[in-house]
Amino acid sequence: MNAQIDAAAVAAREGLHRLVEQFLFKEARLQDTHAYDEWEALWTDDGIYWVPANGHDTDPERTMSFIYDNRSRIGIRIDQLKTGRRHTQTPRSELARVLSNIEIVSQSGDEIEVRANAVVFEDNLRGETVWATRNEYRLRLVDGALKMARKKVGLVNNHKPIFTLSFLV
Amino acid sequence: MNDMSPVRDYRRLIEPTRVHSALYYDPQVFQEELSRIWYRGWVYVGHVSEVPNRNDYVTKSIGPTPVLMVHDRRGDISLLLNKCPHRGNQLCAYSQGNRTSFTCPYHSWTFANSGELIGYAYADGYQGADKSQFALGRVPRIGIYRGFVFGSFAEDGPSLDDYLGGAKASIDQLLDNSPEGELELTAGFLQHRTKANWKFMLENETDGYHPAFVHGSIFQVAESGIGNLYSPASTALTRDFGNGHTEFDLRPEWRRSAKPLQWFGTDAERLPGYAAAMTAAYGAERARQIMIDGSPHTMIFPNLFIAEIQLFVLQPVAVDETIQHVTALQFKGAPELNRRLRQQTMGSVGPAGFLLADDTEMYERNHRGALIRDPEWVTLIRGLHREGRDADGFRIGHATDEVPQRGIWRHYLDLMTS
Ligand SMILES: [Fe+2]
Repeated sequence: MNAQIDAAAVAAREGLHRLVEQFLFKEARLQDTHAYDEWEALWTDDGIYWVPANGHDTDPERTMSFIYDNRSRIGIRIDQLKTGRRHTQTPRSELARVLSNIEIVSQSGDEIEVRANAVVFEDNLRGETVWATRNEYRLRLVDGALKMARKKVGLVNNHKPIFTLSFLV
Repeated sequence: MNDMSPVRDYRRLIEPTRVHSALYYDPQVFQEELSRIWYRGWVYVGHVSEVPNRNDYVTKSIGPTPVLMVHDRRGDISLLLNKCPHRGNQLCAYSQGNRTSFTCPYHSWTFANSGELIGYAYADGYQGADKSQFALGRVPRIGIYRGFVFGSFAEDGPSLDDYLGGAKASIDQLLDNSPEGELELTAGFLQHRTKANWKFMLENETDGYHPAFVHGSIFQVAESGIGNLYSPASTALTRDFGNGHTEFDLRPEWRRSAKPLQWFGTDAERLPGYAAAMTAAYGAERARQIMIDGSPHTMIFPNLFIAEIQLFVLQPVAVDETIQHVTALQFKGAPELNRRLRQQTMGSVGPAGFLLADDTEMYERNHRGALIRDPEWVTLIRGLHREGRDADGFRIGHATDEVPQRGIWRHYLDLMTS
């Protein structure tokens, strides 16, 4: 009896893991291919997009972050990219990222806390740049589909000078 | 002794309305700039509010050289070089902290945070040695103007007061925006690595010609009226304070509409606590004028840019690489304002900023362009026919004119040939 319950729990967990993984892979692809509208559509209305600086446990309400966008500022960021005159993305960065170490940290109600590591290769006019990040996501089930309510991108070198970061990280 | 005769004939590279591209890419020019500008004249290092408590320290720089800015055990500001005088090891590996002494990890020599050697490890090996011979190196001259700490590696030279000259008015104008007349830089710096010569940044900070084009995308999307400030119809002024200091003076625009806090895209009704604190501090009339005039847009040569809502420090690390350090201005006694200052600064500047990512794209293209052989010269004639003088005798021009750039190069030529 107990073994059967455990098997069901494991299957559910695996199912959730696959769902989360597929969502994150899709997000990565939309970023790599500059699919701006589809990427923006992944966000919930209260989404927060955060790329801290000078450490990983900073208070974004008190100290400077590279990005600390609420939902409306995410929209501005996307709209600027879509003008075609966001010079730092004209021409666009060529990107490929590898996402791994995907781990469901916790789940409560509709929300799932997830962590993953990403390595992003960027090629642009300046040259080639490799970015490495430890990401944290808060995903939310909305009408049976996952959405992104919070994404924190922890650049491993965020205490150092970094090059322009104008693609969607 | 150093031979100070220049390897380059700068008089042939800098003319009143054009400069030679080699000034941006030649490594020899960069080496000479280090000795003639960065390691000689006054350079902005940091702000006293970054080391508020005794024994606080923060790692800053003068050009490529790291400098420890310390609120030392005596209560003074010291600028120490981060190098153990024993065998030259890097002394402190942290960007900030609070400590009364620094111990070198290599052979455990310990120094007071005011620079003196306190003790050696295994002191028996140093019989007869004079500890006072082994103090940390220091920046010999420190000048502080209203909390802004400058250092000069020259034992003597002009006073900071004389050096800042007319640009002091911009620092005064800035601090007027605090009900307590003080700045607190507490938000931490973003560091933006830039593959371009530092002078492209120096020249661009008060360039009113580029924003309509470089920043057109964000002006359009954010539907802000800021774009008009940089149009042919603008009444804003460009100004050359002399000594390489330049300004983009927005006050004529703000005074035209005379609305308090319009400079910050808001109004007194939306920041009632701030408006009340300003009125209490300065009286109604003066407070109103300060809130109309807003915060300055001034580039203090060679590396301090007061950019209305944020502060930039330019740090050249190589002929083709510069770090732009930037933080939100924070005014003492103005929490409402400060929160918005942080939010707007995070949106607009730094590596991901709506504005600075595009400026920096231009800097890097500027640099790649400089390396292309023909034409060899860049031209700075814009507005020459309408350059004038203000009541203080400073050169001024239209918002989009190249008065600041001509002023910067005039000063640069002086430094490189004297
Ligand atoms: Fe700009």
